[in-house]
Amino acid sequence: MSHSDVLVDADWVESHLDDDKVVLVEVDEDTAAYDKNHIKGAVRLDWKKDLQDPVRRDFVNKDQFESLLSERGIANDDTVVLYGGNNNWFAAYAYWYFKLYGHGDVKLLDGGRKKWELDSRELVDGAVQRASTSYTASEQDKSIRAFRDEIEAAIGQQNLVDVRSPDEFAGRLAAPAHLPQEQAQRNGHIPTAKNIPWSQTANDDGTFKSDDELKKLYEDKGVDFSRDTIAYCRIGERSSHTWFVLHELLGQPNVKNYDGSWTEWGSLVGVPIELGDQA
Amino acid sequence: MCGAKAGGPSTEGVTLDNESVVQGTVTRGGEPVAGAYVRLLDGGGEFTAEVPTSATGQFRFYAAPGRWTLRTLAPSSAAVDRSVVAAKGSVVEVAVSLD
Repeated sequence: MSHSDVLVDADWVESHLDDDKVVLVEVDEDTAAYDKNHIKGAVRLDWKKDLQDPVRRDFVNKDQFESLLSERGIANDDTVVLYGGNNNWFAAYAYWYFKLYGHGDVKLLDGGRKKWELDSRELVDGAVQRASTSYTASEQDKSIRAFRDEIEAAIGQQNLVDVRSPDEFAGRLAAPAHLPQEQAQRNGHIPTAKNIPWSQTANDDGTFKSDDELKKLYEDKGVDFSRDTIAYCRIGERSSHTWFVLHELLGQPNVKNYDGSWTEWGSLVGVPIELGDQA
Repeated sequence: MCGAKAGGPSTEGVTLDNESVVQGTVTRGGEPVAGAYVRLLDGGGEFTAEVPTSATGQFRFYAAPGRWTLRTLAPSSAAVDRSVVAAKGSVVEVAVSLD
């Protein structure tokens, strides 16, 4: 797999703005960002309202995902290019989600919305409505999604990569610092997890570092590439970003994203938790 | 949106007693800069969070007690670093001015 299959730069996007088979999709934590402005032709996906079940904690099911993409005008043979704020956290989450439901051609815009803005590239307002399609999704690909029972079994056996900030890993913060810290769950990390913050995979402008730098980063932190790997964070969005690095950019097999992440693990009764900084 | 009120977005509904708030405004030539990116780096220089500034140039973080660095990125400006100390139950105001 070459990088251009999964990652494109802003110049590539600008040269495909009028290509109807390339669908730009903006996914943000701050879902009002799209209303303010967005890249020309981009449709919006709301990571919570659109992609999560409104009642249970889980994703929308296959039928709901099919309806969603059909309504947004995304076809099975479209090239979907995802981008967003927060250094592409939620765009990477959507990327992983599109792969979970088997979409063929998905790419991330390197650097996301921030790099686009810092380059002073064009943003427009006004909602975009594409002609509806009839989208068919696959059953969820569970080979890229980890659940809590697998995590307990993976302690000391697989690479567990905690991609949150050092302060969250150590237990001093419960959430990224742009969010209030009052949380119900216990703080800390899963025993044997290596703290390799997602931010170490990216430059200040949100673009990814080179493959050589990325590979060295994980090796230096003790990730054994001959073993299977599970990435987690707080709610599964930053770990999607790391899943993208390990599975899509570095081509590692058997990498799963634990979307339950800390908000699940830190709430479970009786599971092991450790406090303190990475040794 | 937070109008002309000083500091970052509204803290309505947030109990500040247990929060260590770092907030402020980003300006250039005295004018607020909307859509600048402010990142919070910990004592070891590691990224902890990042927010774009509001229409009135404001930002806010819920940090932990201790020393932090705020790094501000904006189109056509060099990055500006400011150091700040956060304390539990208090709100620290930081004025960032860009070239």
